[in-house]
Amino acid sequence: MRSLLNLSMVSALAVSVLTGIPAAGQAKIPRTPDGKPNLNGIWQAMNTADWDLQAHAAQQGLVLEYGAEGAEPGGLGVVEGGEIPYLPAALAKKKENYANRLKADPEVKCYLPGVPRATYLPYPFQIFQSEKYLAIAYEYDSAFRNVYLKDPGPAPNDSWMGQSFGHWEGDTLVVDVTGLDERSWLDRAGDFHSDALHVVERYTLVNPDIINYEATIEDSKVFSRSWKISMPLYKHVEKNAQLLEFKCVEFVEDLLYGQFEKKTGK
Amino acid sequence: MIHRSLISLPAVAVAIILPAFGQSPAAKVSAPAHNKAWTVPRTADGLPDLQGIWTNATITPLERPAQFASKLTATDAEAKAFEKQSNDGLYGDKRSDNPEADRDHAYNALFFDRGTELARVDGVARTSLIIDPSDGKIPLLTPEGTKRNANRFRNSFNSVKDRPLGERCLMGFGSTSGPPMLPVLYNNNYQIVETPETVMILVEMVHDVRYIHMDRTQHLPPDIRLWMGDSIGRWDGDTLVVDTANFTEKTRFRGSSTSLHVLERFTRVAPNTVLYRVTIDDPATFTKPWTLEYPFLATAGPIYEYACQEGNYAMTDIMGGARKADRASEDGKK
Repeated sequence: MRSLLNLSMVSALAVSVLTGIPAAGQAKIPRTPDGKPNLNGIWQAMNTADWDLQAHAAQQGLVLEYGAEGAEPGGLGVVEGGEIPYLPAALAKKKENYANRLKADPEVKCYLPGVPRATYLPYPFQIFQSEKYLAIAYEYDSAFRNVYLKDPGPAPNDSWMGQSFGHWEGDTLVVDVTGLDERSWLDRAGDFHSDALHVVERYTLVNPDIINYEATIEDSKVFSRSWKISMPLYKHVEKNAQLLEFKCVEFVEDLLYGQFEKKTGK
Repeated sequence: MIHRSLISLPAVAVAIILPAFGQSPAAKVSAPAHNKAWTVPRTADGLPDLQGIWTNATITPLERPAQFASKLTATDAEAKAFEKQSNDGLYGDKRSDNPEADRDHAYNALFFDRGTELARVDGVARTSLIIDPSDGKIPLLTPEGTKRNANRFRNSFNSVKDRPLGERCLMGFGSTSGPPMLPVLYNNNYQIVETPETVMILVEMVHDVRYIHMDRTQHLPPDIRLWMGDSIGRWDGDTLVVDTANFTEKTRFRGSSTSLHVLERFTRVAPNTVLYRVTIDDPATFTKPWTLEYPFLATAGPIYEYACQEGNYAMTDIMGGARKADRASEDGKK
């Protein structure tokens, strides 16, 4: 018990040094009856990672009529070291994705976001943590992940949200994500991956209202080495916080199928 | 609250209770058998534990078949005969000498997931999911409800918005997400996770997640409308009671209106069984409230992802095909 505690304090300290976020141990964190950090609640990233994981200045949006409302906000990036280490051919593909993003980004079509993108979409998500289960439900498209707490073995097939296997390392929830469908993107800037993607997420509750989130991204078909993103996730503390429905399928039907509407009155 | 609360289930195996809204002759429903050695398990937070992966698959129809008339239950012999007939029809070899025609019968036992048995409550087979009214039939619809319900079968191809919600990947078909959460032809699986603030129910089809809010007692303001409604819950003894309102005008449960009000009760009655009882009330649509009851049975899982929108190639074909047919018909007139 003592060594576990020490380990978690060391890792919390490392988090603190990296991010400037107060480390666990400095603040009292809520715990579940079984002593685990209590991650229950509604969380949201407060950054522009979904527009672009890397540093980017604000720019005009893709749809003229949206004006300032559709403009893309700037951000200093969430990638450790600043640069995503693409292999040369993959970098060319990313640039092509960027050029075609209005047509090609799966988010435009209301497709499931995959991991880690689900975490930093500009929508809240809710963690459900009990002694037996851990599940994450996202407002966007009612995307859902069950985080297995026992090793489920290899994913039987690829899926959009992949297969998540979680375990605790001290006070950090570590989630190993495999079996991710190659068609999801990492952001709106065309950052992408292949079916070889392997994501390891780390959720560390550093105070009652902040989770430090890290994801290590490994994909030997697309990147020259593994790389890491990190960001704080903030708890929605407003009294009436809850997830609402964002069933975006309805919002993209005209875009996808409008060409097939029956023309009347002629 | 417009609902009168249900009389809580007495701990007597043969007790007879009244369904909600006891205006009509009550269906006689026995309370679940109580095994003295078994008590409802608790979560670490001390809540009755409904967690797990469950299925409500059953061949018991929503409405009672004529052969059972006013009988809510079937004898073992009747049940066996019904099950054989139903399973032969559903899962039997439907091939003919015409391979073209056989395409329409291509779904088989591997694809269907209705189970092979009638729903059993307290070990006794049920002839309909509806327990009230006592004839096991949906109450008469109001004229307004009749009109809305007829629209369900319009089968127009003029706009994608005319297509059924299931086909559009907006909701699972047949009210699988509900509420009421009805068993349908396949993918009848659910996962429940409980926290003190929220009980979460994952609905397999279209990965819909229901949030049961345990931390408030008032519904959202009336201008907030949700496809699956706004669900608030409370514990009545060991029973989770969920009250749902604020449905959208597009959530058409058998012609329901925006005043649809659904009251569900989830009771863990055995290690592998949650008894589900749901009352549907919508005076604008149904001439009286009606109540269904059936078990959710534990199943091993896991539940895999039901990505629908991502693979909805059919919608392009359905709508594109309709326009192609229009053009052919125009050409024919020339």
